[in-house]
Amino acid sequence: MTPALVLAGQVLLAILALAMVLAAVRLGRGPTLPDRVVAFDVVAAAGVAMAALAAVLWQAPVLLDVAMVLAVIAFIGTVAVARYLEGKVRR
Amino acid sequence: MTLFRFILALVLAGGGCLFMLLAGVGLVRMPDVLTRMHASSKAATLGAALVVAAVAVAMWDWAIALRAVLVSLFLLITAPVAAHAIARASYLAGVPLAEETVMDELAGRYDPASHELSGTGSGSTGPT
Repeated sequence: MTPALVLAGQVLLAILALAMVLAAVRLGRGPTLPDRVVAFDVVAAAGVAMAALAAVLWQAPVLLDVAMVLAVIAFIGTVAVARYLEGKVRR
Repeated sequence: MTLFRFILALVLAGGGCLFMLLAGVGLVRMPDVLTRMHASSKAATLGAALVVAAVAVAMWDWAIALRAVLVSLFLLITAPVAAHAIARASYLAGVPLAEETVMDELAGRYDPASHELSGTGSGSTGPT
């Protein structure tokens, strides 16, 4: 069973990496700042999923805490940029 | 790990990864920021939550399951808030909509200084 688990984990990590690359394309190319923020959100979500998968693959439950902190930081970053954009408009 | 748990975890994680891939494809293919968010924010949240649930099934331990529930609950609570904040900010900042946009009910009725609707119409107007 274990080789099957490792193979499945690696295939799923590859799919997540592909999703992260697609989001990074938008992160680099996105014409406006909100585009980049949305892309960054997807990169962070893919990072959360990758950390969780790695926790199973390496039998390291600590990585779940990494996933939690990553989710918190992504949310704070998104809201901070949104507030910044609105503050620029309000003046 | 029993075969049943392995298959359940595989289905959950596979579905989550495919949803994440879908979010990435939508992010690249969609024409403007609101449609990109429409494609990405829901799919990415569901994808991450599914993968975390698969981890809980695969590890099969109370401490792990608690953390998995916390992570997915946090994702499901914060994703709509973040999406709303960034969508509102992008509209107020005047990010252009796609050329294919059919209607924009706020156009000309929204005062960006006071954040109030100064509408001429009463309530919602249909796409006439």
